Amino acid sequence: MIGFLKKLGAVLVTLLVISLLAFLAFQIIPGDPTAKLLGTEYTPERAEALRESLGLNGSAAARYLSWLGGFVRGDFGTSYSYNQPVAELLSGKIVTTATLSLIAFLMTIIISIPTALLAARRAGGVLDRLLLGGGQVLMSIPPFFTGIIFTWIFGLVLNMFTVGKFVYIYESFWGFVGYLLLPALAIALPKGAMTAKLLRSSLVSEQSRDYVRTAISRGHSPRSALRSHVLRNALLPTITFLAMTLADIVAGSIIIEQVFSIPGLGRMLIASISNRDYPVVQAITVMIAALVVIVNFLADTLCRIIDPRVRLK
Amino acid sequence: MDNDIVLKVEHLTVNYSRRRGSTEAVSDVSFELRRGEILGLVGESGCGKSTLARAILGITPCSSGTVTHFTRRPQMVFQDPYGSLNPAKSVGWIVEEPLRIFGRYDRAERRRRVEAMLERVGLGTEYYSRRPSELSGGQRQRVGIAAALIVRPQLLIADEAVSALDVTIQAQIIDLLLELQRELNLSYLFISHDLNVVYQLCDRVMVMQSGHIVECADVQQLYSDPQHPYTKKLLKE
Repeated sequence: MIGFLKKLGAVLVTLLVISLLAFLAFQIIPGDPTAKLLGTEYTPERAEALRESLGLNGSAAARYLSWLGGFVRGDFGTSYSYNQPVAELLSGKIVTTATLSLIAFLMTIIISIPTALLAARRAGGVLDRLLLGGGQVLMSIPPFFTGIIFTWIFGLVLNMFTVGKFVYIYESFWGFVGYLLLPALAIALPKGAMTAKLLRSSLVSEQSRDYVRTAISRGHSPRSALRSHVLRNALLPTITFLAMTLADIVAGSIIIEQVFSIPGLGRMLIASISNRDYPVVQAITVMIAALVVIVNFLADTLCRIIDPRVRLK
Repeated sequence: MDNDIVLKVEHLTVNYSRRRGSTEAVSDVSFELRRGEILGLVGESGCGKSTLARAILGITPCSSGTVTHFTRRPQMVFQDPYGSLNPAKSVGWIVEEPLRIFGRYDRAERRRRVEAMLERVGLGTEYYSRRPSELSGGQRQRVGIAAALIVRPQLLIADEAVSALDVTIQAQIIDLLLELQRELNLSYLFISHDLNVVYQLCDRVMVMQSGHIVECADVQQLYSDPQHPYTKKLLKE
């Protein structure tokens, strides 16, 4: 329990540091939001007045604290370019990106575990080598390329969806999920191949351990020994890996959203960076970072539950 | 069939396939094990003793020959008390496992039996929820013995069961094995490279050399009057 609280404290400190970095980054990078906002109407006086009204003139420390204070209460500030509260602006887009990432994550798990079990059943066999080779190919193709190929095959050749016509969740839930399946698959294929490779190798090394032989001598079949002894012990490194992968998947969705014209966080993020719309960018950065930290924390906790030895350390 | 025989091995051969051809780890081995008998199997490391044991229990497939069991649920105790227990499980879980596989008992009855068995092998019920990592080598070997005997087998194969232990612990485990053997009328196939241990424990001894059984005799006869040159060489060392 004390270990758990310590971990939780570490998570909070990490989140604080991330928020500070996210804030500082936009103090340091060049570019002035007022220049972007005013465009051709730019005059130094107008810029000064705008800076004042956006609250950009105070000291950096004071601005950080007031931003952080608002953030904790759920007030993420107001977007410069949309003149709309950031929370309102992002809420719909978070659902889209979160759904896309979640589907991709589930696909990664669904692809990797059965593949790894199948390959590990006879290590070095024909099936094992075929899966390994196929995985190697999948791993080396970037998702945006797979995405383009998918768009071409399923959208233009097979006409299974209209390219670029995104289905919003309030229009049709299943249409929304359906539109996200292909981009999710494009993200999940290389991740699934990596996870499968990792899980397969820990399964194979765990299988040759003496306690597995003991389990078979006690009356297990090799297959039931795989399920009741090997899989559980081999899953630990995979869970840690999957947690890290989730961060990659969220980052991957930002890119794949461009390919499939999905109005999610990624498109918003890229537009806001070029507009110097700091409140939006900071909010998205902190949210993604928080997601990564929290998921890693959950994965650690899961490992403790599965393997009590982790708890002892 | 003769009621006094618990295990019959006839012309057993085990091949390990290599990239080129195959190696014969066990060649044409035949023997019988009688009820209540402790049969020793000695030989240098790598001569095929462990392969023979694993083939008898079906962990390693046989290439030819037959193994006939006249008892149910034969069990095995292994050499390495560190690697042979799943480190993520508790002692109670490990000892209970064969009961979950074979048994028809409910949870409470399984627990009762496991606790009784832990007492019997000298561990006590306080070890029920410990992990193997908290135990010494001798204690782990007691866990291995408890797990093997929980389903009341009549045949126990002990593969170098005491070799990894230091001498005092070795003596304790041998005493425990002897007590249990008398109490439950067990038959042992006791595999060891340590001729002193075999002499203390066994009724009959087989000598194995590169996959073949070269000599098989009562323990007194074998130690006082070895016939095969390889046996003589082993005894001299």
